[in-house]
Parts: sequence; C-alpha cells; structure tokens
Amino acid sequence: MLYREAGQFKTSYRADQQIFPILQDRIGMLVLGFVALVGVPLVASEYWLTAILIPLLVFSLAAIGLNILTGYAGQLSLGTAAFMAVGAVATYNFQLRVPGIPILVSFLLGGGTAAAVGAVFGLPSLRIKGFYLAVATLAAQFFIPWLLVKVSWFSNDSASGVITTQPVEILGFTFDTPLRKYLFALVVVSVLALVAKNLVRSHIGRAWMAVRDMDVAAEVIGIRIVRTKLVAFAVSSFYCGIAGALYAFAYLGSVETDGFNLDLSFRILFMIIIGGVGSILGSFLGAAFITLLPILLDVALTEGATALGLQLPSGMTSMVQLVVFGALIIFFLIVEPLGLARLWQIAKEKLRLWPFPH
Amino acid sequence: MTHDHNPGRRIGETLLAVENISLAFGGVRALTDISFDVREHEIRAIIGPNGAGKSSMLNCVNGVYRPQQGTIRFAGQTFRHMHPHKAALMGIARTFQNIALFRGMSVLDNIMTGRNLKMRCGLFLQALYVGPNRREELAHREKVEHIIDFLQIESVRKTPVGRLPYGIQKRVELGRALAAEPRLLLLDEPMAGMNIEEKQDMCRFILDVNDEFGTTIVLIEHDMGVVMDISDRVVVLDYGRKIGDGSPDEVRANQDVIDAYLGVAH
Repeated sequence: MLYREAGQFKTSYRADQQIFPILQDRIGMLVLGFVALVGVPLVASEYWLTAILIPLLVFSLAAIGLNILTGYAGQLSLGTAAFMAVGAVATYNFQLRVPGIPILVSFLLGGGTAAAVGAVFGLPSLRIKGFYLAVATLAAQFFIPWLLVKVSWFSNDSASGVITTQPVEILGFTFDTPLRKYLFALVVVSVLALVAKNLVRSHIGRAWMAVRDMDVAAEVIGIRIVRTKLVAFAVSSFYCGIAGALYAFAYLGSVETDGFNLDLSFRILFMIIIGGVGSILGSFLGAAFITLLPILLDVALTEGATALGLQLPSGMTSMVQLVVFGALIIFFLIVEPLGLARLWQIAKEKLRLWPFPH
Repeated sequence: MTHDHNPGRRIGETLLAVENISLAFGGVRALTDISFDVREHEIRAIIGPNGAGKSSMLNCVNGVYRPQQGTIRFAGQTFRHMHPHKAALMGIARTFQNIALFRGMSVLDNIMTGRNLKMRCGLFLQALYVGPNRREELAHREKVEHIIDFLQIESVRKTPVGRLPYGIQKRVELGRALAAEPRLLLLDEPMAGMNIEEKQDMCRFILDVNDEFGTTIVLIEHDMGVVMDISDRVVVLDYGRKIGDGSPDEVRANQDVIDAYLGVAH
C-alpha cells in the first residue's frame, strides 16, 4: 500500500530518466544517506566502524569495479585483488615519492595506474571469452602480487613487502580516527557509486551490455568491440584500484601486498554473484552479505552455545561458517542466479500490489 | 497488404552494387560469382531455398564475412570487403534471422543502443551525467520515442526484451536498426515464424519505412506472397549462384527459379 507509483506521472524524459524515478525510493535513499552520515557517527562503536562498516564500503567499491567488468561488459575476471594491489601500492608510492602531492590526487593517480595495468591485462579478452578469459586474468592475479613483493622498491624496501600508509590529510584535516576514516571512505564510495551508475546508463554502459549480450549484433550497430572491452577493463580496474587504496589507507593502515591474493578475488566475485550480476545496488548488497554473514554466524553460534550451556571446540565456529557460506552460495546459484538485487526487485514488484495478489 | 507500385515512387540511382562476389568456407562454396544492384529507395528481395547463401550475402554486404572475390560498391565508394563498423558509419543497418537483441536490456535501451554511433560525449561527461551528456541522452531519447510510437510498442518500452513474445522482439529489432537512421536496411527474414496478423503488421512497417523515410531495403523472405507483393525487384539464389533477377513477375515466370523451388526430374 505504501510503495505505490500510481499517480506519479512523468511529463518529461528528463524526469523519466532519473536514477530513482519513484518518490518512495528517493525518500528511502535520503533516509539511508542521513543514517550513514549522521546516524552512524552518533551510535557506532569503534569495533563497528573498523571491523564492519569500513570494510563493507571498501568491498562494495571493489564489487562495483568487478560488476562493471563482469556484470555489465560480460568479461569474467579473477584478477580483482591484483588490480586492488596495484591501486594501493601506486597510491602509496605517489604519496611517498612526489613531495607535497594531495592525497586525493594520489588516489586518482593510483586508480589510473590500476586502470592502465587493467587495460593491458584486458588485451587477451579481444581474442578469448568466458572461462578462458578468466584463466588469462589469473595470470594477472599471480604475476602482479609476486612482482610487487619481488621488487622491493614498490614497498620502499620494507623487509616483508609491507606498505605502511601515510596519514590521509585533506586541506589540513587529518582523517585519523576510525570515524573520520569511515566518513572519508563513505564519501569516496558514494561519489564513485554515483559515477558508476551514470556510466552504465549512458552510451558506454549500453555498449558494454550490448557486447555482453550479443557481440556480433553490437559490432553491426557500429560499436567498436575492442575499444569497448578495453574501456571496461580500464574503468573496472580504476574502481578496483581505488578500492585497494581505500583498503590500505582507510581500513588496514598497513598491508602486505601478499594479502591481495586469489582468495580476495574470489571473495569479491562471490559478492557480485550473490548480490546481483549487472547491478550497482547488488554490489552493495553482496558486499554486505559476504562481510556481515561471518560475523552474524559467529555471534549466533557463540550466543547459541552459551545459551545451551555447550562448550564449542575451538575452531568449530570458523568451520561452520565455511560450511554455511558454501551452502548459501550454491543455494543462490540455483534459486536466484540474479542475486539479492533481483530479490529486492521482486519484493518491490510485490509491494506495489500488496495486499492484493494481482 | 497489396502494395501498388505507383510509377511516381522515387526510385533513384544505384545505391549498392555487389560485383562478382565469391565466398567460401574451406571447401564449401557459399557464394559463387554473385552480382546484383540495389537502387535508392527500392525494396529488393533476395529469395532462394534453404542454404542458398542469402544470409551469407547480407553478411558480406555489411562486413561480417569477407568474401574472397568481388567488390562491394556502396554510395559511390568501392570496397574489396566491408568492415562492420564502416558499414554502420555509412548507414547500413540490419536485423538478424535469429533475433539478435540484447536480451538483458530493456526495449528502450536496445533501441537507444542503435543510436550509439551518433553519441559523441566522452567518458568523463558520461561519468558526471551533466550538461552536454544529459542533453544528448534526452535528444536521442526523443528520437527513440518516435520509433517506439511508430512501431506501436509504447507499453513495453521498459520491459527487458527477453520477456517479450517473439513477434514483438522482431519489431524491437527492426526498431533498433531504424534508430541508426540507415540509408540501407538489410532485413534477414523479418517475418519468419510469425502468424498472419504479425506478418501484416511487419509488412506495413516495412512499407512505411520505405515510403516515409525513403530507406532502401534489402529483404530476405520465404513467404512468396509477401515477397511478390512488396518488393520492386527480386534476386533468386540457389546453391550460392544467382539464378534469377528481375521484377516479381519476371522471376515468377523464370524456369530456373521454378526448377529450384519445385525440383526437377534428373
């Protein structure tokens, strides 16, 4: 009853092309924005900020990056973490070696470096598709972290390949506390999410989807396949690069380049599969699901065991976590291949009619 | 659905001429030494039994296949072989025998994609979706809405094409080709698998496109009634060779064509 678009007529194409054409959605987004900007800082504990919200934002951004490439342009990639590593290390080095460079410029240059590397590793996509392309991007996943550890220049000759990030300072204001880091990440991720949405609803986004859905027809229409694919790789890697930089600068503070491994790439791939392939919203939902689920399971198991007076063997919770995790992914692949974003859409369609069935 | 061939129709100079086209896939000769021309504003049909090389012929014209021999002359320029991008730039659009829509996208986005070549804004403006990019999107949206009106598919404009019935999908595909405002429209079996009403609708759209926009049309079709009714001239292919060329009546009377279609005692 509440979620009705009846009576909301659009009298111009401009009004019809808004991101949120339905009034209730706009109100919802405003509320969400208010909660994230004002509510969270008022109530969130340090644990919530550092262990949940900041990684949630960082992974959402990485998932958007992968979703642009895999969900929109249809190019399967397993190199996400490698491009994140490039972004993190490049940002660190720009900050380290260019005197007086503003941190945001370093971030952009770091993302740009990742974009360039991504475009290079996207070259195989011009000849191969699907699983074979995934294997080709694996090359990036193995080669890049190896290179970053091997050449110690990248980590400023630190003994173990660890980079310790510089403070994030903008116009004399330092984002040092967890709350400030959270706000920094929130702004960066929100802006980039908006940009991603704009891209996918403009002609480059349509070109990506056209190449994904039917490349011969796309070519006949006059879309340049080569250029479209490489731009997808570059933009996607730019997002992953910025996500990697945030991962280092706002989340962990110091990162081992070895940490950007295949595991992380898979985790982000799961996020978009569960969240929704080809959906910006789905990137956030998937990141939330994958980040929050282990924590929820952990809490549920510990609380449940205490309530029942059981003593769980150590390591049990993490095992159960993995089992449930795997089961859920299989469940999703079978039941709703289009992910949480699709479920959300179905829920909205039902809500329009509720309480009537038709 | 009869179309009167009034002599005042503005059939003009030769727009497309294929000359001595031969195409082989390994040992299979798909096309052998085919030549024909298409005049401006005309509706030209290509007919022939299955496997005669009709679709291959269209694929040569817009550069999906590269013929081993022959030339393609379009709008005064001669090519050894076309390239799909070049063909699109020069105003050749087409539909496919098996629907080749972008299944995950809405009707509106599919047709908008047909105008992608005309959009000029760079990545940066698209990222911000302000000023020129927004104006460009809206201007093209308006053109696309005209096509949606023309094809009478207003009610499904936001529906993903994968959910639409077959006949409507064929219509959307025509819309996507029209969105490019082509000079030459290649239609590969636009009426295959349709019932009689859907065929009538499609015929009407094709004739309207030809009349209103003056678009030259090359059409592959198996329904002889339709072909004879709407086309100005017909090319007949059989086993990759041209066996007939002329007005519908001439082709109908051609003994080789009759043999190809009805078979002949050996």
